[in-house]
Amino acid sequence: MNAPLPASDITTSRYTIGERKGFRFRELMGRWETLLGLLFIMVFIANSVLLPNFFDFYNLADSTFNFSEKALIALPMALLIICREIDISVSGILALSSVAMGLANHYGVPPQGLLFVALATGTACGFLNGFLVTRFALPSIVVTIGSVSLFRGLSSVILGDQAFTGYPQLLADWGQGYFFEVIPREFVVLIVFAIVFAVLLHATRWGRRMFAIGNNPVAAQFSGIAVDRYRLALFMLTGAMAGLAGYFLTGRIGSTRPNIALGWELEVITMVILGGVSIAGGAGSIGGVLLAVLTMGMVTYGLALANVPGIIMTIIVGVLLLITIALPRLLRGMNRA
Amino acid sequence: MRKSYKQRETLLALLIVVLIGLVGLRAPVFLSMSSMSNLLTDSTLLIMLALTQMFVIVTRGIDLSVASNLALSGMMTALLAAKFPQLSVALIMLVALGIGLFLGLINGFLIGYLNLPPIVVTLGTMSVYRGMVFVLSGGAWVSSNRMSAAFINFPLNHLLGVTHLVWLAVAAILVTWFIARYTRFGRDLYAIGNQPVAARYVGISTSQRLLWTYGLSGMMAGLCGYLWVARYAVAYTEIAYGFEFTVIAACVIGGVSIAGGVGTVAGAVLGALFLSVINNALPIVKVSPFWQSALTGIVILSAVVINARGNKKTGRQILPLHLVTSSVKRSAV
Repeated sequence: MNAPLPASDITTSRYTIGERKGFRFRELMGRWETLLGLLFIMVFIANSVLLPNFFDFYNLADSTFNFSEKALIALPMALLIICREIDISVSGILALSSVAMGLANHYGVPPQGLLFVALATGTACGFLNGFLVTRFALPSIVVTIGSVSLFRGLSSVILGDQAFTGYPQLLADWGQGYFFEVIPREFVVLIVFAIVFAVLLHATRWGRRMFAIGNNPVAAQFSGIAVDRYRLALFMLTGAMAGLAGYFLTGRIGSTRPNIALGWELEVITMVILGGVSIAGGAGSIGGVLLAVLTMGMVTYGLALANVPGIIMTIIVGVLLLITIALPRLLRGMNRA
Repeated sequence: MRKSYKQRETLLALLIVVLIGLVGLRAPVFLSMSSMSNLLTDSTLLIMLALTQMFVIVTRGIDLSVASNLALSGMMTALLAAKFPQLSVALIMLVALGIGLFLGLINGFLIGYLNLPPIVVTLGTMSVYRGMVFVLSGGAWVSSNRMSAAFINFPLNHLLGVTHLVWLAVAAILVTWFIARYTRFGRDLYAIGNQPVAARYVGISTSQRLLWTYGLSGMMAGLCGYLWVARYAVAYTEIAYGFEFTVIAACVIGGVSIAGGVGTVAGAVLGALFLSVINNALPIVKVSPFWQSALTGIVILSAVVINARGNKKTGRQILPLHLVTSSVKRSAV
């Protein structure tokens, strides 16, 4: 009663948040991020050896266009999943933001304003999700399955069978442009946001509380964390980032069509899970997600250079995802229930 | 408790009748026999898939791979039929069931025996199956001129006034109703969904039950794969793309709780019917078809909000503070 139990003896939760441990090499090697890093290096080397045009700096830089927008959504999605929530509606939010920008552009909103239109639309959509989830205590997967239909539906109602085009040059500058004429602006933005999210999750009180919520929402609530406020904020953040991704994607392809970003939600979630974020909540890191994004990006780029059709990539990603989660279980021995 | 669920289903049924009536007032042609039989035929695939998805959701799982499974089974049967036109439809259906079952059992094994989260597993197999369709077909379409007439005509041929599709759906409803109500397998699923730990303590072999639940869901997807391909007389990589969400939505509208343990066959059927009525009615009342998806979204959201208010029981993800007392109450009842 008097002497506090040592932290290692308490194993009530699946994951324990103890004091920060000292540095150990073996532990480092066992970490998912390390394995991902090794995988990334392997993919990189294999590609450079097998494909003559792979190690071309300009090509490499351009290949980041393929995944930057998705990765921008994967960052807040990782936080959501760590908090035991999920957002299936991100591609719908992206589509609606893009449509809102198209409308705003059509009615003469100045180019500088379009970013705010996209962000505001995204945040509003995220607010709807978050409000329904927190106010009515609904499972987020159900809410967002409904709202993805709503968001995409609204954008197709507005669009009809038309498409918005004729976006100002400013969007193209951000969507297709480069800094110093080599590094795509999207990629720089992605890196900046990755750093911001990493700091938020791993170095602030907010991030610590997110892990607490993901581990045990009830305990988190009892310890004085405004759980619902965090949830609502994260849904709005996810919406805003989807809006931002919509801004870049619209700028990159220069038009808004009804099928914009179709199926992205599952690709984004796959990125997050491959990055080592536990679907049960409470574990994960931004570094892992970023590494998963880069690895997937390099595989896609290599396959594209090798003239393999893009859909083969979905098989590889699917298999990779299954191996990722099945392997640790298989190594530990099958569960007899 | 049971009474309230019964009530929800009667309400939903009433709602569907009212909806049909309103559309009929606006456009009497909607109430004609041919239009009604069309509606019934159109809703069958969704109903069949919703039935087995209901079982999956009752066990606290989710099967996102149904649409990809459907596409893969459909493509394989189409290729088979194109290669061996003399095969009988019955045999092809058996093959479709077999392929679907196998694909479903893969999910079931990973989820049941390796204890992996269903949403991740089926997300993975969903990509893999969809990619396999492309690999098998080489990205090409299998169009109607490569399929035999018997293969294409079977789903829409009439027997006693309604199409074969409707008969198959009726059979599926009866079988799943029997499983859910009268078999140990079915009852076990509800136990697993309500309290997985307690279910294990009373000796339910959860792994095996889950294996066959996903197997069943796969089998239905396989059958629907053949029916889909034959009905629309074409097979290509993107068939039924995104349909998994429609199926889950049908379950949710029908009152199947995503937190597990709650769901009825009638609910799943009515949920699927409701969505089909909306989709079929829109063109008739001359609402732009672009509204379809938005309306579906609104319907789903309203359904979950209404269900949540009638059902204060906690979900897995959101746990209000009175959790402890409510669970005590439930075990005492």
